[in-house]
Amino acid sequence: MRYAETIKSLGAPVLAIAIALAFGALLIEVAGFSSVEAYSEMWTGIFGSMRNFSEVLLKATPLILIGAGLAISFRSGVWNIGAEGQFYAGGMVAAVVALQMEGVNAWISIPVILIAASLAGAFWGGIAGFLRARYGASEIVTTIMLNYVAIILTSYLVTGPLMEAQGLFPQSDRFPQETQLPRILSGTRLNIGIYIAIIAAIVSWYIISQSRRGFSMRAVGASPDAARYAGINVNKNIIYSISYSGALAGLAASIELIGVTKRLFQTISPGYGFEGIAVALLANNNPLGAIFSGALFGALRSGAEIMQIGAGVPSVLIFIIQGLVIISVITLGTIRAYRKLRPED
Amino acid sequence: MSKHSNILEMRNISKRFPGGVVANNDVTIEVRQGEVHCLLGENGAGKSVLMSILYGLHHASDGEIFLRGEKVKIASPKEARNLRIGMVHQHFMLVPTLTVAQNVILGQYPAGTVLNMIPEVSQKLVELGRRFKLPVDPGALVMDLTVGEQQRVEIIKALYHGADLLIFDEPTAVLTPKEIAGFLDFVRHLRDEGITSIFITHKLDEVIAVADRITVLRDARKIGTVLAAETDPSELARMMVGRDVLMKLGDVRHDVGEVVVKINGLSANNSRGLEALSDVSFDVRAGEIVGIAGVSGNGQSELCLALTGLLESTSGSIQIDGEEIARLLPRGVAEKGVAHVPEDRHKLGVILPFSISENMVIHQFRKEPFSKMGRLLKKNISEYSRALTTEYRVRMRDTEQPIGDLSGGNQQKVVVARELARNPRFAVINQLTRGVDIGAIEFLLKKILEARNKGTAILLVSTELEELFAVCDRILVMSGGRIAGEFDGGRENLEEIGMLMATDVAS
Amino acid sequence: MEDFSLYVPLITVLAATWRMATPIIFAAIGAMFSEKAGVLNIGLEGIMLIGAFSGFAAAVHGAPIFVAFVFALLVGAVAGAIFGYLTVYLKTNQIVVGAAFNLLGLGITGFLYRVGDFGSSGIKISNPISIPFLADIPFVGPILFQHTPMVYLTLPLVFMAFFVLYRTAYGLNLRAAGDYPNALAAAGQSVNLHRFSAVVLGCSIVSVGGAFLTLSYTNQFVEGIVSGRGFMALAVIVFGRWTPLGIFGASLLFGLFFALQLFLQTISDAAIPYQAFQAMPYVLTIVVLVLVGGRSNAPKFLTVPFQR
Repeated sequence: MRYAETIKSLGAPVLAIAIALAFGALLIEVAGFSSVEAYSEMWTGIFGSMRNFSEVLLKATPLILIGAGLAISFRSGVWNIGAEGQFYAGGMVAAVVALQMEGVNAWISIPVILIAASLAGAFWGGIAGFLRARYGASEIVTTIMLNYVAIILTSYLVTGPLMEAQGLFPQSDRFPQETQLPRILSGTRLNIGIYIAIIAAIVSWYIISQSRRGFSMRAVGASPDAARYAGINVNKNIIYSISYSGALAGLAASIELIGVTKRLFQTISPGYGFEGIAVALLANNNPLGAIFSGALFGALRSGAEIMQIGAGVPSVLIFIIQGLVIISVITLGTIRAYRKLRPED
Repeated sequence: MSKHSNILEMRNISKRFPGGVVANNDVTIEVRQGEVHCLLGENGAGKSVLMSILYGLHHASDGEIFLRGEKVKIASPKEARNLRIGMVHQHFMLVPTLTVAQNVILGQYPAGTVLNMIPEVSQKLVELGRRFKLPVDPGALVMDLTVGEQQRVEIIKALYHGADLLIFDEPTAVLTPKEIAGFLDFVRHLRDEGITSIFITHKLDEVIAVADRITVLRDARKIGTVLAAETDPSELARMMVGRDVLMKLGDVRHDVGEVVVKINGLSANNSRGLEALSDVSFDVRAGEIVGIAGVSGNGQSELCLALTGLLESTSGSIQIDGEEIARLLPRGVAEKGVAHVPEDRHKLGVILPFSISENMVIHQFRKEPFSKMGRLLKKNISEYSRALTTEYRVRMRDTEQPIGDLSGGNQQKVVVARELARNPRFAVINQLTRGVDIGAIEFLLKKILEARNKGTAILLVSTELEELFAVCDRILVMSGGRIAGEFDGGRENLEEIGMLMATDVAS
Repeated sequence: MEDFSLYVPLITVLAATWRMATPIIFAAIGAMFSEKAGVLNIGLEGIMLIGAFSGFAAAVHGAPIFVAFVFALLVGAVAGAIFGYLTVYLKTNQIVVGAAFNLLGLGITGFLYRVGDFGSSGIKISNPISIPFLADIPFVGPILFQHTPMVYLTLPLVFMAFFVLYRTAYGLNLRAAGDYPNALAAAGQSVNLHRFSAVVLGCSIVSVGGAFLTLSYTNQFVEGIVSGRGFMALAVIVFGRWTPLGIFGASLLFGLFFALQLFLQTISDAAIPYQAFQAMPYVLTIVVLVLVGGRSNAPKFLTVPFQR
């Protein structure tokens, strides 16, 4: 019976992906391309070679982390739209710390960077949590504002204090070799970040569904009044949950920086924070599901680049598919809830 | 009397909601031109639904409505208004950010209309205010008005639109005693001006003070219509609460144990900042059930919330076994051994999307055997939940289904099971049987008695006198936020309790 | 006129202020209609992109600027109808749908721009109109009276918004739909219809704000050209406390910051980093939110679907 329910719960996400891909195909055809060719190029881009697949996992890493964190935030009833800013906050701190790590043993430098970035993300999210708990300021608005503040701060750092010594481009110096996240597949950029992401998703799942803290958070998300009746501190859990999702976004940024880009620059995120919302929703706010939905979106992103090269179909198509996935998932969910509510009519 | 003296007849009205709830069962009422007609009944008796049908907010499943001698169908509030019916809702239908005049004309003009008639409207409102002794400031923002003033706006809004049949839904529930007196005067004045009023209430003294005739509803049915001049509060109380008599389920016991709960001079404000609980003092002993009788809205809710840490009291003390708990948060209070079956089950008592098992441990999930080192021990939680649901005969598929799937009675069983299984020193139980089917009522009351016999001090708050008579050792009557009297738990005191419930000591 | 060196830059910055504020004014006034009725649309960024692109596409295919604006308005209305249907009638979560619209806007415009043929020379955009006599007044002239028509149009727009919201039955109903929808329903009006119409009307105006970027500001479409203006419009609404005049003022203030930071970017050794002015609108909005907190002017039923 458990299995039957699990399969049933998979129904909506799978249907949503199918709808989105079908719509994408329609667009591709309308634009004068062959959708079969486009999607088969995409398939190649994903599974065509070990190298391609490693790029999928590389792109999935931040999405899994952010999606798993946001799942916890959303389950706690906190609308964190600020993962993008929390990612940048983590990225800035990761860069500042990494640049100090010349000559420090990797066993020390890497954990220090990862932890510092997580704390920075947690702090950035925590601001919005605190402002909601203390002043009743809508976290929807404050997180959006904080996104921009973080992005602009990053821009300031790379054009000012952290600008590379050569002074040519708005980017930091290259991080010292000691900070390079260990690679796990020779000839690719794939690093242990993907392991960290999967472990973090499992830990997140454990927290939200198996731990005491998660029980409190879910209670706050489901019914703040009843949570208070049960002796649960609502404000504290709001701050915890948004800080936790911020920490994972910050962690994602540090992995991206010391694992892939090696420098801080102005646009370290191509919208991971917003894509993470889609990842969490597609996973029905289950952090374990975020491993799969994150991988799926990573695959779309990575495959789309090959599709663009191979079939000439612009890779921005994936934004359309992502948007449609979100809308389909939420609409299917609403329709199901609606049916459940009124069995009589 | 000839038929046309009836401005309104609602014949054989029935209303069934999806899910099987019957709100009105074959109810017939007749309202005479120019009278003040009270609809009396406890919460859930069906009076508000009946009036919602008249105002087009609900549609009757069966029955007919005759207005001024003609059969009418009322599909929407708009049609009701066109038929010169006005309604003053308990929760005012006023937009706080708009002015009085804007609220009056809200929804009355086609979207494209430019609102240049406001001065005329204001002028007319002032005139109406003069005629009906109902002064309003047309330019004031509704949110700057007191509750009493807002109610005036609601009334004058209806009169502005030409209503000559006004429905008042629990009009005094939101007013201060002083405002209530003024309001009742005003209703009499309306009658003098030829306006017919239907007045929904559960307060007996108001009924006696203002009504010409009274129709009593109970459990979705009409019990009868009486002339105000020919009845008295105790007869009305009997008609209202005369639910099938429950057998006395336990003996009345005296001085059975030591004093567990000592409440002294407790006062608290309601959510609008008005004092709702005034200087309340009483004790509850171990192994004793103390009942709180009273019509709703006389401070019982605030008492329960204040006792359990959910509402901050303004003064007074609450001691459990000699320890002060009045300043503790809900969790601290619970840890002192206080259990609470709240009145509003859906808002407080259960977390609807959570499973039955999870709901079973919402106070205790932090402790062994339900969790260890921060980890929930789901097997133990399920086992615990299975044992309790079996003991309480909760009808369900399994313990892991969402509690929202259960019927009201079964949800309440889960709540009671959860609260009593903690072997509390003190249990606060508010409206135990609300929304619970007859079969489950006796079962739950027996469980309360079991807890009493194990030595728990119990405070049982109810608007159903029969429920209190069935199990209480002592009964306190609350009125106007105070304790108005104390009685032995026998049903021989019914008349006197009914009288006390009817008088408002605060006014 | 002692420090002549600051005079010219000052004029440049102040003249740019209103121009910079214009797309934000359109977007914020549009979104205000929908928020007043109770629907929060965080997908403004996406709607503006759609407007920017559709206006541009129409102009490239030979439509006169005015027609291109109208086209953008209609496309915005369609986008609004979809958003409104999903959030008002299906009652899906407004925040989630808004986030999806941002992705969709980015995807659809980027996709169409790349697969279509839009040349590279750009379009001929509307010229500034100098108001006779007034434009020649020193200092004030270039700041206030040498703008493209859309910039001037923000004045009637704000007036129109004020008039509709506070002087018509429709506006009264809209405000009721956002502040206490039960009262509107009790008055016999459809809350959902009012909300839906406000979303459609709002998105049309938002879309025009986007089109301004390609039809009056630059002459080209660039992917992601809106670059945060949609989110800034959300901030402006909070900062302007949900009133047309407040929004106009807040937009001008934010436009000033915008112009200042652009100016500072051209100076190599500025004492203040230009990012300080870039961040100012967002920081100020948070400060305002904290100061007003629970007493915020936001419609009470914002983001709450209507259930009778």
